[in-house]
Amino acid sequence: MGVEPKVLGGRIVAPSSRRTSRKIIQNLDWVTVLLYFLLVALGWMNIYAVVYSPDNIVNIFSFEINSGKQLVWIGTAVILIIMLLVVDYKIYEHLAYPIYGSIILLLLFTLAVASPVAGSRSWLDLGGGVRLQPAELAKFATALAVSKYLSGVNLRHQNMKDQMKLAAITFLPPVIIILQNETGTALVFGAFILAFFREGMSPLILIIGGSAAAIFILTLLVPKLYLILGIAVLMGLATWLDYRLMRRIKTMIFILVVISGMIFSVDYFVNNVLQPHQQNRIKALINPEADPLGFGWNVTQSKIAIGSGGFWGKGFLEGTQTKFDFVPEQSTDFIFCTIGEEHGWIGSTVLIALFMLLLIRIVAVAERQKSVFGRTYGYCVASIIFFHFLVNVGMTIGLAPVVGIPLPFFSYGGSSLWSFTVLLFILLAIDANRSQELVR
Amino acid sequence: MNYLENRKYVIQAIFLIVGVVFALRLFYIQVVDSSYKQAAETNAIKPIIQYPFRGLIYDRNGQLLVQNTPVYDLMVIPKEVKQVDTLRLCKLLNIPVEDARERFKKARTFSYVQPSIFFQKLSTEDFARIQDNLIDFPGFYINARTARGYPHSSLSHALGYIAEISPKQLEDSAYKGYRPGDYIGKSGIEQEYEKFLMGRRGVKYKMVNVRGVDKGSFKDGAYDTLSVAGQNLISTIDLDLQKYGEFLMNGAKGSVVAIEPSTGEVLAYISSPFYDPNLFTGKDYGKNYMKLLTSPDKTMFNRPIMASSNPPGSIFKLAHALIALQEGVITPNTGYPCNQALVTCSHAHPAPTDLTIAIKTSCNPYFYQVYRALLNQGKSKNIFKDTAIGLADWREQILTFGFGTHLGIDLPNEKQGIIASNKMYDRIYGENRWKFSTIYSLSIGQGELGVTPLQMANFMAIIANRGFYYQPHIIRSVGEHGKPLPEYQKRHYTSVAAKHYAPIIEGMAAVVQSGTGVNAKLEKVGITVCGKTGTAENPQGKDHAVFVAFAPKDNPKIAIAVYVENAGFGAQSAAPIAGLMIEKYLTDSVSRKPMEQWVLSRKYLEVE
Repeated sequence: MGVEPKVLGGRIVAPSSRRTSRKIIQNLDWVTVLLYFLLVALGWMNIYAVVYSPDNIVNIFSFEINSGKQLVWIGTAVILIIMLLVVDYKIYEHLAYPIYGSIILLLLFTLAVASPVAGSRSWLDLGGGVRLQPAELAKFATALAVSKYLSGVNLRHQNMKDQMKLAAITFLPPVIIILQNETGTALVFGAFILAFFREGMSPLILIIGGSAAAIFILTLLVPKLYLILGIAVLMGLATWLDYRLMRRIKTMIFILVVISGMIFSVDYFVNNVLQPHQQNRIKALINPEADPLGFGWNVTQSKIAIGSGGFWGKGFLEGTQTKFDFVPEQSTDFIFCTIGEEHGWIGSTVLIALFMLLLIRIVAVAERQKSVFGRTYGYCVASIIFFHFLVNVGMTIGLAPVVGIPLPFFSYGGSSLWSFTVLLFILLAIDANRSQELVR
Repeated sequence: MNYLENRKYVIQAIFLIVGVVFALRLFYIQVVDSSYKQAAETNAIKPIIQYPFRGLIYDRNGQLLVQNTPVYDLMVIPKEVKQVDTLRLCKLLNIPVEDARERFKKARTFSYVQPSIFFQKLSTEDFARIQDNLIDFPGFYINARTARGYPHSSLSHALGYIAEISPKQLEDSAYKGYRPGDYIGKSGIEQEYEKFLMGRRGVKYKMVNVRGVDKGSFKDGAYDTLSVAGQNLISTIDLDLQKYGEFLMNGAKGSVVAIEPSTGEVLAYISSPFYDPNLFTGKDYGKNYMKLLTSPDKTMFNRPIMASSNPPGSIFKLAHALIALQEGVITPNTGYPCNQALVTCSHAHPAPTDLTIAIKTSCNPYFYQVYRALLNQGKSKNIFKDTAIGLADWREQILTFGFGTHLGIDLPNEKQGIIASNKMYDRIYGENRWKFSTIYSLSIGQGELGVTPLQMANFMAIIANRGFYYQPHIIRSVGEHGKPLPEYQKRHYTSVAAKHYAPIIEGMAAVVQSGTGVNAKLEKVGITVCGKTGTAENPQGKDHAVFVAFAPKDNPKIAIAVYVENAGFGAQSAAPIAGLMIEKYLTDSVSRKPMEQWVLSRKYLEVE
C-alpha cells in the first residue's frame, strides 16, 4: 500500500532482488499469514491430542507419532512459502496453462499406474514411502488456469463458446479425479462457481444450483407430495404478489413440472446411480440413528464426541471419545471432533471465527487486486477453502454427507497442508507485488 | 463494474451465514442437547460385570448335588484371523469344513472387530487339544466361563434349573438389578433360593476404546465393587435314597416323597418321568426344554407338589377314623358289618369287628358308616342341615392335617389340593339339597378330594409323630454352618389328640403284617412298617396306585408316600416301592431282590 508503482515506458521494471524481498516483506498481507500460522499451529496441537494417551505419553515432537510427522510437513511448508514468495510472481500468470496442462497429464498418469489404496487410484508412489496425491495439486493448478482464462474474456457477454471453454477447463480435472474414485475431492471444483459469480456469471446459475441442492436434501427429508405442494404454494404466492409473473404463468407451470420430475427422480438417483457407499453416506445424513453402528457410525460417533464437549470442553488432552478411536479418521477428516470435545462450544466457535476471518480477509485481498487474474485467483482460493470448511465441519455435525475431504491447514497430512499452502501463498505473492501491476 | 463489485457482499454473506449456522448447530449439540454426553459415557467407560460364583448345593450327607463346572468356548475375532488352515481347524474341532465356514460367516456378520463364539462348550479333550495348537490360529482364543453342573443327574424337579432371565422378568420390578443375559433360577431350589445362590455381582469400570480394548481402570477403580460369591445350600435330600428311588421309578409315572417325621426334612423327592438336569445347561437348552415340556408324559410337571387333582383313595380312611375318634362317634372297638348294600367292598374278609381289623382290610362299608356317624351327629333335626354342620366340622379338622392347604415347602408352585366344602356342594346341588347319601364317596377317599403326594407323605409324618408335623422342607440350611429356619422348627398340631393315634398305628402295622400292604413287609430285617394302601379312581384309564407308610413303628425315621399312575391297586406296585426304599434308607441295603425285580418288571402297568 502507499508504494507507487514504478512504470517506465509501459514496461514494468524489475527491481533489484534485495529491494524486492524488502518490498515483499513490507507488502505481504501479514493478517492472512498470522491466521494461516494460527490455524496450522492449532491443527498440530490437535493432532497431538488425538494420539495422546495418558498410559504412554509420547513427546509431541516425536517422529513416531503424527504430530511429529506433521511438524516435518509444517517445516517443509515454510520452505515452500519462502520459495513461492521469492520466485517472480509473474510466472504464476505466465505459466498458468503449462502448470495446468502438466497436472492434467499427471492426473492421467496417476490413473494409469496407481495401485488402488482403499479403492482409490489417486496416489502416486514416489518411492521411499513418500506418496503424492496429484488431485490435491489440481486445485491450485485449475484455479490458476481459470483465472488466466477469465483475465482474457468477459463472462458478462453471453458468449457461449467462451463459457463452454471455461466449463471445460474447470471440469476436466474433476472428471479424471472421479475416475480415480476420489469423488470427494472432485466435488471441490464445484466451488469455482462462487468465483465465476463474482466475475459476472448470471446469478441464476447460483440460485438454480443452490435450489437444486436444497430440493435434493429436502426430498430425502420431507414426503414428496408435501414438498411439491409446498413449492407450488410458494410459487403461487409469488405469482399473486408480483403481477408480472402472471404473464409468465406457463413458464411457472413448466418449472413446477421440472421440479416435480426432479423430486421423483431423486430416489432413482440415490438407489441406482450412486454406489452403495455413497448411498450410505446420504442415508447417514438423513437418519444416522437408523443404523448407528453401520453406515451411521461416523456421524453418530462424531456427534457424540462433539456433543460431549459441552460449553467449555473437557480440556486439552482430556477427551475420551477422540482418544479411544471411537471416531474414525480423527486426525484427518474428523479432526474437528477433537476441537469440539476438548474445547467445547467456545473452542469450536473460535475456530469457525478464525476461518470466517480468513475467508473475508482473502476476499478483501482479492478485491484489491488490480488485475482480473489476481482477483479471480483470490476468489478461487476463498471458494476452495470455503467448500472444504463447509463440507468438513458440516459432516462432523451431521449437516453434510460424509465426504472425505480435509479441513484446510488443520488436518493431518502433507499433501493437504502443502496444497493449501501453495494455494494461499501464490495469492499472497501476487498480492505482495500488486503495486507493480498495471491496471488494464 | 460497480454492480459486480457488490457481489463480494453476497459471497461474504454466504460465508458468514454458513459460519453462524454451524455455530448455532454446535450450540444445540454441545450445550442444549445432553443426550450426547450420556452416550459418550457409555461409549468410553464400560462397566464390566464381575459375575459371582453361584452357590453350591449339597445333600444331607455332604455329597455335591450342584456345582459350577468350567466351560470353554472357542472365540474368534474375525479381524485378527489370518491365513487359517481351515482343514486343520476342522480336524481339531471334529466338524465338517462347510460347518466351519458357516460359523465363521456368522461371526463376521455379527461383528468384524468384536469377539463372538465360534464353538460353544468344548469337551475337556477338545479343549486340551485345541489349547496346544491355538498358537497357529491367530484371531482364535479360548474363553473360560462357568456353567451349572449336576454330577449325579439326579433330583431334577427339586433342583430346577437356571437360564437367561426372560424379557418379562426384566420388566418386573421384583427383578430389578438383573440385566439382559443374566442367569436366574427358573424353577425348583434354583428359583426358590435365587437370592442366596446368586451372590452379589461386582462391577469394574474400565475405559475401553472402540474395539473394546482395555485402556485401564476408570479413576483407578474408585467406583469398583467386588463380587461376593453366592451361599452354599445344604439340602435335606439323602442322595443315595433319592437315586435308589429314581432307579425304582424309572419308566413309571408318578411320585415318591419321603420325609423325616421328627424334622419335616424331605429325604427323597421324585417326580417321574424325570430328566437329567444337565440337559438344561448347554447350548441345546431351548430344544431340550421344549421337548420335555411337550412330551406326552408331561415330564416337566412337578408331580409331588403339583399333582393336586387326584383323589387320595383309601388312605383317607385313616383321617376319617382319627377325626371320628376325636369326635367320640366311634371307639377303637366299634364294629360295623361289612354291608355291601351300602358300598361295594372288594376285599374278601371277615367282618370288621373293630377299627384295627377295618383298617387292615380297608373295609369300604365300615368307613362308610364311620363317616356317616361323623357327618350326621344329630346336631340338627334337619338331615340336610345336620350333614352340612358335620361336613363343615370335618373340613375344619381335616385342614389341620395339611390337606387342602399349602404346606409351605420351599419349592415354587406348590398346589393346595381340593377338600370338599359346604360351599362347593351348595354350588353343585343347592343349599340344603345335599345330605350324606349325596356325598358318601368322600368316606373312601373318592369324590371332591385332591391331595398332593407331598401332603400324603406329610400325613404319614403326622401319624408317625402322633399328631403334629413340621413344615416339610428340602433345604436344611443356608451356608455350611447355617441354622435351620425358625419356621421349620415349629410344630403344627392337628385337631386330633395324640392318644387317638395308637389304634390307627396298630391298624397300619396290621396292613403290612398281614393285610393289603404285605409287599412292604420288612419283618426279616427287623423293621415294623406301618402302611396303608389306596387306589385312586382314574376316569381316564387304569387307576392310580397309592401306598403311604412310615417306619419303624416305634421311633419312626421315615414317612413315605408312593404314587404310581395307572398301576391299579396300591398293593401291587406302590407298596413294594415304599418297602424297598424304607429298607434302603434304614439299613442302607436291599435284601428283597426278587421284589426289586418285580417292581422293575413293570408288569402292573399292563392294561387289564
